[in-house]
Amino acid sequence: MAVVIQYRYSEAIHPLHAVLVSGALALFIGALLSDIAYAKTYEIQWGNFASWLIVGGLVFAGIALVFALLDLLRAHRRVPGIGIYFLLLLATWVAAFINALYHARDAWAMMPGGLILSVVTTLLACLTTWVGFRTPQFVGREA
Amino acid sequence: MKHSKILMMAGACALLVACGAEPQDPQYGTNHNLPKPSRGLLPTMTIPEPTGWGDLLPSVPEGYSISAIATDLRIPRQTLIMPNGDILVAEGRGGNAPKLKPKDVIAAYIKGKGTTSVESGNRITLLRDADGDGVYEFRSVFANDLNAPYGLALIDNRIYVANQDALVFFEYEEGQTEAQGAPEKLTDLPSALNHHWTKAMTASADGRFLYVGIGSNSNITERGMTAEVDRAVVWEVDVATGARRTYAEGLRNPTALTIQPGTDQLWAVVNERDEIGPDLVPDYLTAVQDGGFYGWPYAYWGPNIDDRVRPQDPEKVAATIAPDYALGSHVAALGVDFSNSAMGERFSEGAFVGMHGSWNRAEPVGYKVVFIPFKDGAPAGEPVDFVAGFLDMENKRTRGRPVGVTVDPKGALIVADDLSNAIWRVVPDTPVPTSPVLQGGEAENASTR
Repeated sequence: MAVVIQYRYSEAIHPLHAVLVSGALALFIGALLSDIAYAKTYEIQWGNFASWLIVGGLVFAGIALVFALLDLLRAHRRVPGIGIYFLLLLATWVAAFINALYHARDAWAMMPGGLILSVVTTLLACLTTWVGFRTPQFVGREA
Repeated sequence: MKHSKILMMAGACALLVACGAEPQDPQYGTNHNLPKPSRGLLPTMTIPEPTGWGDLLPSVPEGYSISAIATDLRIPRQTLIMPNGDILVAEGRGGNAPKLKPKDVIAAYIKGKGTTSVESGNRITLLRDADGDGVYEFRSVFANDLNAPYGLALIDNRIYVANQDALVFFEYEEGQTEAQGAPEKLTDLPSALNHHWTKAMTASADGRFLYVGIGSNSNITERGMTAEVDRAVVWEVDVATGARRTYAEGLRNPTALTIQPGTDQLWAVVNERDEIGPDLVPDYLTAVQDGGFYGWPYAYWGPNIDDRVRPQDPEKVAATIAPDYALGSHVAALGVDFSNSAMGERFSEGAFVGMHGSWNRAEPVGYKVVFIPFKDGAPAGEPVDFVAGFLDMENKRTRGRPVGVTVDPKGALIVADDLSNAIWRVVPDTPVPTSPVLQGGEAENASTR
């Protein structure tokens, strides 16, 4: 019996792009949980963890942003939904950047702003990932 | 790069909340203004770019002249004048605190732009002017292989050196130019992390104790409370046994200690906390009260709570002593010594303070040596510039950065400069006749620094 293999890549954004966006989401969730731990225990190490997790998320989201921008700029690859996805990703990155500046403050000075921004960033990252994974991927045109 | 106002991250200028407005009220003295804490999204940092002296010299008041008595040193910090007039110079750079946050990596890079690139000396250099003509023609390495030496003191025939990790001593005979072998250890000093690594030191008037200033391990507890055990304190170390007790607490970074002649009272200059505004918190000069608590980290200048500290401690806040004299915020006072009549009438009653200069403020301050006039044993009046011209305000460049200041009983001010790696000497043009009785009294247990 012949086996039929269908090469089905993700029908949404490019797989590598998808890895970056979901990776950023995981890092931002980690930062939020660390912030909660710092706020509850005053143990400074949680604040340090949050700072680095946010920087990691910024790197991942930053590279994803380049992917999204390229998709957006090339008119023949543009698919419905990519515009709103790009804006959401950009908003996530900006929120995370301001959050990184908040986390650069010493000791409790990063609170409560850092915690609030971590919540905002995480919610934005969830929304971005959801919309991004629903955005179809351009694979080619029918002849 | 001619004008180096550096922002922590490029492209974020729009987010910067400007807070460089000129202060309205005096930032120094006994009755000074404390604004409300404030901080923009980015901390303000202005690092004047180092530049050479060329043909220039630091400026001094009329009737005084200045010369460099030693150059090409390896980061001179504090000096000690020996009974025979020799000058010992502690050279080095310490600290081994790891970078904990992304911010630390960026801030360390920026701050490094304002300091010397010379390798840490870890040694003590001896300077001698044998014929008394003001030229220190002889120079030798008194001791080598030390660990970031800073505080120096002489009691009887022992030279005590406060390394960044231990208090050690050398046997000394007058006229000696090199130590005989390695030093002996009197006691260990707190050295984990060493965020603030300098160990300031002076000897009590009776020669029984050494006072050691131990700075905090963070700006404001951002390395955790456990890192602050035995930090931000002044220790009193028994010279005979090495036993110590905590003499005073809550002094964030006591960078220089000295004994007031006549009263035998311990005085300190202390560097206060950063990142709550360009005019907070003033560095200060104060008499250090036995058992006193000066606020760090919970409060500053009396009961002004620092909200960045968790958990808070209302009892400590209430117990906070207001220091005697504000030197101005971020001036980075690193040297202090009391004057004497040999310095000339205008500058005979008071203390000299060396100010390394700011890096975390839009408009640079400090970068000079000031004279704080005293009356009846207490600071009275405005600071007077004594050695200036280190900073080229117009181009935001700096030629030097003063650290330790020491008054030579014969009538000279010795200033260590850790950027141009020089020792400066300021003398009155007409030597002031001094009463031998006064001098003898001061030199009885020898000079301390």
